[in-house]
Amino acid sequence: MLEIRDLHVKFHNRDREAVAGISLTIDDGEIVGLVGESGSGKSVTAMSIAGLLPRKQCDLSGDILLDGEDLLHAPRSALRQIHGRRIGVVFQEPMSAMDPLMRVGEQVGEVLRIHTGLTPAQRKKKVLEVLSAVELADPEGVYNKYPHELSGGMLQRAMIAAAIVIQPSLLLLDEPTTALDVTIQAQILELLKKLNAEKGISMLFISHNLNVVRKLCKRVAVMQRGLLVESGDTKDVFFHPQHPYTRRLIEAIPTRHGKETV
Amino acid sequence: MKYALKRILTLLVTMLLVSFLTYAAFEVISGDPAEAILGTEATPERLAALRHEMGLDRPFLTRYIGWLTGFFSGNLGISYRYHQPVWELIGPKLEITLCMCLVSFIIIAVISVPLAIWSYRFVGGPFDWIRTAFNQLCMAVPPFFTGILISWLFGIVLRLFVPGDFPDLHTDFGAALGHLFFAAICLCIPRTAMTVRMMRSTVIGEMQKAYVRTAISRGNDRRAVLNRHVLKNSLTSAVTFLGQTMAELIGGSVVVEQVFGIPGLGRLLVASISTRDYPVVQTVVVILAFWVVLAGTVADLVNQRIDPRLRLGGDA
Repeated sequence: MLEIRDLHVKFHNRDREAVAGISLTIDDGEIVGLVGESGSGKSVTAMSIAGLLPRKQCDLSGDILLDGEDLLHAPRSALRQIHGRRIGVVFQEPMSAMDPLMRVGEQVGEVLRIHTGLTPAQRKKKVLEVLSAVELADPEGVYNKYPHELSGGMLQRAMIAAAIVIQPSLLLLDEPTTALDVTIQAQILELLKKLNAEKGISMLFISHNLNVVRKLCKRVAVMQRGLLVESGDTKDVFFHPQHPYTRRLIEAIPTRHGKETV
Repeated sequence: MKYALKRILTLLVTMLLVSFLTYAAFEVISGDPAEAILGTEATPERLAALRHEMGLDRPFLTRYIGWLTGFFSGNLGISYRYHQPVWELIGPKLEITLCMCLVSFIIIAVISVPLAIWSYRFVGGPFDWIRTAFNQLCMAVPPFFTGILISWLFGIVLRLFVPGDFPDLHTDFGAALGHLFFAAICLCIPRTAMTVRMMRSTVIGEMQKAYVRTAISRGNDRRAVLNRHVLKNSLTSAVTFLGQTMAELIGGSVVVEQVFGIPGLGRLLVASISTRDYPVVQTVVVILAFWVVLAGTVADLVNQRIDPRLRLGGDA
């Protein structure tokens, strides 16, 4: 459903290409992990899929096709139809990714306001539904809260709710659990698995944490300095890493007894 | 409740400090109210007699405390120069100045916020320097100069008002307001330019924030991002700035009142200082201090309405 072909991204104020020609596909209903250290270009890849790069400040080439439709060179007006409706994005820090002065319910329903003709009452009904779908207790209470009144984990659930309220075909998750503590992290991963199984939403999960990726994704791609150095079945990549960089990433996972065995 | 109490306390302390400092300032600078009344030719005996009559020969602190107790019991004293109760003297002039500042403030508030949002379109564009230059010009030209220009153009050439002939505020409200309107315009030009500049840079800063990216990722266009998200987030700093503006307008009114011949508080203050009319000066200064604190408080309250995070720990 998503196909990236030979994507290049170069910011005008940098010498090196942020993304130096990567190709990646995501099939229907699949969760693909994209790992790499910070600065490896994984977030830039996600932002170019989501159309969130400042086009005037960078050069883009290659193709990004969503169900055969070009995203990389589509006009802004066409992208706005895709944003939110067909691609949902969840960002790293829910606290700063939410508008601090808008009630959570209204933010979750924003996609509905933009892309559907639903009345406010219908929107509220849908928002309450999706808030319980992401397993938030007391959806009605959350609806009327401001972001600063919720915990990080609850906010990230609300962010996920906002991204899936209209059932997009692709969910981009840019380090969605990095800012959360470990127990909350596990809960969010479970939630994502459930949403993938129940609603069939494809996901691109970006993380610098291989351990997290291993729990969630069947397929994984490893990025270093703007290039894909390795990709394939998560288990294969884990147990038989081909590239030295991948090996180093795996060795960097902290374990209780030296090297972890799975 | 705690908030209200804190504010009232701030108000009292500010007014007390300001009144004391004013009293002390007159003690330090040269000049003598008795001499201002009798003239420089007066004999020392007559001056001393008048000083005694006015209570000026008493020690500084005794006089200040005397004034203070009078103030709190509602007796503001009698003007040395006009021999009129101070409140009767100040009341009508305060009305005029407040009217002018209010008109000016409304113009600033109504114009500058939309102008700032609109001007964001040109950020980084080829014509942005024109906007910057115009903005600088508006900030740099002093109100007395625009006042002279406006008086000449609208008063003398177009005859929309008669400079120096201010209609009575109560019997001829429309004409008086018209007169004040032109004064208010030159009062508001620099502050409008400053507010636009401040608000514009706030908007630019807000546009870099993560929630804007989220809003775009949901399919908002630029206009919706500005109006639905950035505007409200930029508003609190604009409100704080407008609160300071409200306070500063009264100070700025002194000059403009001179140019347009408006018998307001500013003119009275200047005249009273040069004649050492202590009771009048003291009252005007306390009113100004009250005004400054009030403007800040109102700005705070409005900001708490806008931003729920500011309500934490308050009594809301």
